[in-house]
Amino acid sequence: MISIRKLYKTYKGAAVPALNGIGFDVRKGEIFGLAGPDGSGKTTLFRILATLLEPDQGMILMQDMDVVREYRKIRKIIGYMPGRFSLYPDLSVSENLRFFATIHGTTPDKNFDIIRPIYESLEPFKHRPAGKLSGGMKQKLALCSALIHQPSVLLLDEPTTGVDPVSRKEFWDILEDLRVTGMTIMVSTPYMDEAARCDRIGLIRHGQIMALDTPHGIIQQFPKPLYSLKAPNIRKILPQIKDHKGVDSCYSFGNSLHITLREGYAPERIFGNHGEMCRTGFQWDQIQPTIEDCFIQLMHTHEN
Amino acid sequence: MKTEPIICVDKLSRRFGDFTAVDQISFSVERGEIFGFLGANGAGKTTAIRMLTGLLRPSAGEGKVAGFDIYQETESIKKNIGYMSQAFSLYTNLTVWENIEFFAGIYGMQFRDIHQKGKVLVQQLGMENMASSLVADIPMGWRQKLAFSVAIIHQPKLVFLDEPTGGVDPITRRQFWDLIYEATSSGITAFVTTHYMDEVEYFDRVSIMVDGRIAAMDSPSGLKDIYNVRSMDEVFYQVARNQSPLS
Repeated sequence: MISIRKLYKTYKGAAVPALNGIGFDVRKGEIFGLAGPDGSGKTTLFRILATLLEPDQGMILMQDMDVVREYRKIRKIIGYMPGRFSLYPDLSVSENLRFFATIHGTTPDKNFDIIRPIYESLEPFKHRPAGKLSGGMKQKLALCSALIHQPSVLLLDEPTTGVDPVSRKEFWDILEDLRVTGMTIMVSTPYMDEAARCDRIGLIRHGQIMALDTPHGIIQQFPKPLYSLKAPNIRKILPQIKDHKGVDSCYSFGNSLHITLREGYAPERIFGNHGEMCRTGFQWDQIQPTIEDCFIQLMHTHEN
Repeated sequence: MKTEPIICVDKLSRRFGDFTAVDQISFSVERGEIFGFLGANGAGKTTAIRMLTGLLRPSAGEGKVAGFDIYQETESIKKNIGYMSQAFSLYTNLTVWENIEFFAGIYGMQFRDIHQKGKVLVQQLGMENMASSLVADIPMGWRQKLAFSVAIIHQPKLVFLDEPTGGVDPITRRQFWDLIYEATSSGITAFVTTHYMDEVEYFDRVSIMVDGRIAAMDSPSGLKDIYNVRSMDEVFYQVARNQSPLS
């Protein structure tokens, strides 16, 4: 559905490229997630996909159309929700919707079915100016506006950034409902836990893909056993554990530490009852990595 | 001897027209605590923080922040707290040094002190060779250290961190928490908001706002016990859901 090939983009005056040879395919009807921190190139890629920015090099084909040369046709088949609030704050909810429908040559009524489930919670506020809606409501209206012309590709740039966990979960439920209609959805997020809800994900950093697979596949690629360690006053002993010669990586995850060891070291030898670092109250287990563990591991190996 | 809490509010409220954004919240934060201030979007967190930082006059209730009255002494409050928000609140088109000067000036420091303190800060951070670089050109991890250091350059007793780690990579996010721990172990109190539920485990105590009220407040482990769940994610879900079935 979308083929991205060796895309490069460096902004004028910037020291480092925003996109550095990035390339991958997005399949029809899937939710493809792009997970990475601010400054990793997510927004630049979305802006190029949305025909708002041209790459320095490389190309993108969407439904076999060139995103740069055939931008007018592309604009008809995509729905784009930028990361920043993109609605007209002085227009009401229904006026915004009518505006976005009109510029796409349609009306809100014509395609109402597709937005109905999302619009229901907005209905009571339809006369309120968009600028006066709560964060979650704005997000829903922006999604409705991106969907109103029934696009076949939906581009969502960080739709859940700064949104509370409950509203985030609801938003992902909506995306899953949309996928059932056959729509191709590309979505970026800085929250690694959300990546687990995509069909496939790319982990992006410095304008490049570090890994691309299903969430399960990404987790399977984790190269070594991962251990979780719990102990009283764990923050106090964190530096000591980090400095231990057998410890390869050690990061805090809430009230536990996630640790990988160097070749030749077993956890018993370090944390066990007769281990070099044994403390009362130590509890360790081998655990299944999360997407966030995988991202950290990839950053760790890229840097060392 | 018990010292006076760094934040102490009683039945603090704020109405906008007939809408009550903050509805009689009462709580206190002890010195040196890392206090988590959570809530769904629109629950009233921002309004509450604006009152606590002296930016918005309450409609009712009482409160003291860093020893100053939230009605009468808002200017003193502003000078005695630090504030850092999402995206690090630095000017990316100013240099590292210019940012230090700018923020120290805003916090009311004297020119001579700024120069002295700024030099020490740049040294402590190991940023000597970056001092004249634009913030836009320095890596994320450094920006974050700088933003936090600048927010506490005037040595406040209390720092407000409003989603300080939003959009940050997972390693930098963890390094940021190391900074917060370092600061609080030297006596600074941190008042923090976040949407990352795993970070809640780093807090000494957490409050969760729902519809303008504080619906739950305890230590992370206390909350998990009360709601009989294993993660803070589930606690948040239960609190936010149960209290406002309409949203």
